[in-house]
Amino acid sequence: MNLWLVLAVNSITFGGLLFLLSAGFSLIFGLMRIPNLTHGSLFMVGAYIGVTFILGIHGFQMNLWLAAILATISVAALGALAERLLLRRLPGDQLAQVLVTLGLSFMAADLCLMIWGGDPISVPTPHELEGFVRLGVLVFPAYRLAIIVIAAVVAVGLWLLLERTRLGAMIRAGVDDPDMARVVGIRVSQLFTIVFAMGAGLAAFAGIIGGPILTVYPGLDQDMLPLALVVVILGGTGSLLGSFVGSIIIGFICNFGQALLPELAYFVLFLPMLLVLLFRPQGLFGRHVP
Amino acid sequence: MTTKLLALIVAFAVLVAVPYWVPGIYYVNVGSQILFYAIFALGLNVLVGYAGLVSLGHAGLFGVTAYATGYMLQLGFGHPMAILIALIISMVSMAIFAALSLRSTGIGFIMITLALGEILWGLAYRWISLTGGDNGLSLKTRPAPFGFSLSDANTFYYATLVIFLLSLMAMAVFVRSPFGAALMGTRDQPRRMNALGYHVWAIRFYACMFSGLLTSISAVLFVYYTQFISPQTLALTASAEVLLMVISGGAGTLLGPIVGAALVVVVKTVVSGFIERWNFLLGAIFVAIVILMPEGLVPGTVRLWRMAWRKRPSPVTRDAEAKS
Repeated sequence: MNLWLVLAVNSITFGGLLFLLSAGFSLIFGLMRIPNLTHGSLFMVGAYIGVTFILGIHGFQMNLWLAAILATISVAALGALAERLLLRRLPGDQLAQVLVTLGLSFMAADLCLMIWGGDPISVPTPHELEGFVRLGVLVFPAYRLAIIVIAAVVAVGLWLLLERTRLGAMIRAGVDDPDMARVVGIRVSQLFTIVFAMGAGLAAFAGIIGGPILTVYPGLDQDMLPLALVVVILGGTGSLLGSFVGSIIIGFICNFGQALLPELAYFVLFLPMLLVLLFRPQGLFGRHVP
Repeated sequence: MTTKLLALIVAFAVLVAVPYWVPGIYYVNVGSQILFYAIFALGLNVLVGYAGLVSLGHAGLFGVTAYATGYMLQLGFGHPMAILIALIISMVSMAIFAALSLRSTGIGFIMITLALGEILWGLAYRWISLTGGDNGLSLKTRPAPFGFSLSDANTFYYATLVIFLLSLMAMAVFVRSPFGAALMGTRDQPRRMNALGYHVWAIRFYACMFSGLLTSISAVLFVYYTQFISPQTLALTASAEVLLMVISGGAGTLLGPIVGAALVVVVKTVVSGFIERWNFLLGAIFVAIVILMPEGLVPGTVRLWRMAWRKRPSPVTRDAEAKS
């Protein structure tokens, strides 16, 4: 009984992290029409930069939250730079853009290996969240609950941004019909940079926030990218609700699959994606087929 | 035409004589690697170059064949039987692969093949009772067809060369055949081809099967060459490496993938002698080629050559250039 509950909490936590990762992936995909294959790398780079801040540069250590904010900002800047300098040179050529993101992801993975070495680095849990939270007879690790709360707050924030602001309306217009959006005077290419930077920042934020649970290791990018891909195919591109629901589903499948069918965990993970592709190619909440 | 024939004969003679003019066994082995990777690249080029479908999961299929061969040998089958069963398993997998991924084209196709490749990688990595997980599978012996033992580096090279030449001829026939023309038609004008009464989906499906066959053949050669297979062979990096071979040499050209395979294998072999960071270079070359020379090295060089000799391009190549 208790095992199931622990698994469920872990699933929701992991789902929350996946949401932070895949929301940006989904928006980039919806707006620019390309799967950003660097997304796993951004997650990993964010985690590495964050953990460097936490462990301290020249003895100056930071707490997790400050490190997370700094890592988010720096990776968002990197994302904007990559979009401006590389993807911008290949307008409309989606295939070339995908290949560039793929090449960048290899370069990022190797650079991380060069800078931070091959050993996994564990991220210390912040002191104020080290303990457990008692709810009646049940005991939950405080940090995991904190991640759920953070993910929920970010989800609400993103929703407000997309639904209640001018920028959000412009992004939604771009996702629905980029040509018409251009006609009515929205600079869609500028939105590309903004959304790319935002997605990169969110991925990096997820990376460092997830650090205490997942640790940081080479290959983290290759573990996370397929998950983001699955979530977005499941939920539908460009849909915030889609990536939210998709993340929770995949979070559950991931944790329960690994506990119950360890050998076939990957297979079970990709099964719902295949089913969605077969019966509802636009995803559960998507509006257009990729 | 005569110069072309002459060039072919010279190239053939150079390839046959490789064991005699290279300085040692090590280089003969590099030659074998180039040849079987070239077959792999030829196979992927059927999809990337001629069908306009970019697959990022071909290493998964490559791995299926390699694992199947290794596993059948472990079960005690003889070499011919193991290879045959492995090829059948691969063709069935390719059919499923194609049926799933051909539901869309363009970016959708890339994503589905990427996901399928990752599934196969995950299975190889996690399904330890079948694949040995990270420890991989090793093969004890190489086969000895017609009494020639392939354990010898030179013999292995010649066996690979024969299969490579057969694959190249198959590609040459395919490109000139009505089927090849129809496939290129579905790449450029799928709707028009549909209106003309061609079954676009079926043409693409057969192209996938042909591509899968070449991929599986190269995988059999690979697994006998290394006598070892691990999940690393199925990783996304491996798929990207082959894609780089195709794109760097020139997608949609007959010889491009071969040049690309030679380039990638040589750079990888030479560079790994100096630095461990092959992946960084792989990524950098990838980005540079996509941005600076998107048509690939072979068409790029041909263009420069033509410009140098001030030859008027024939209408066919002019159209091709206008398209790209």
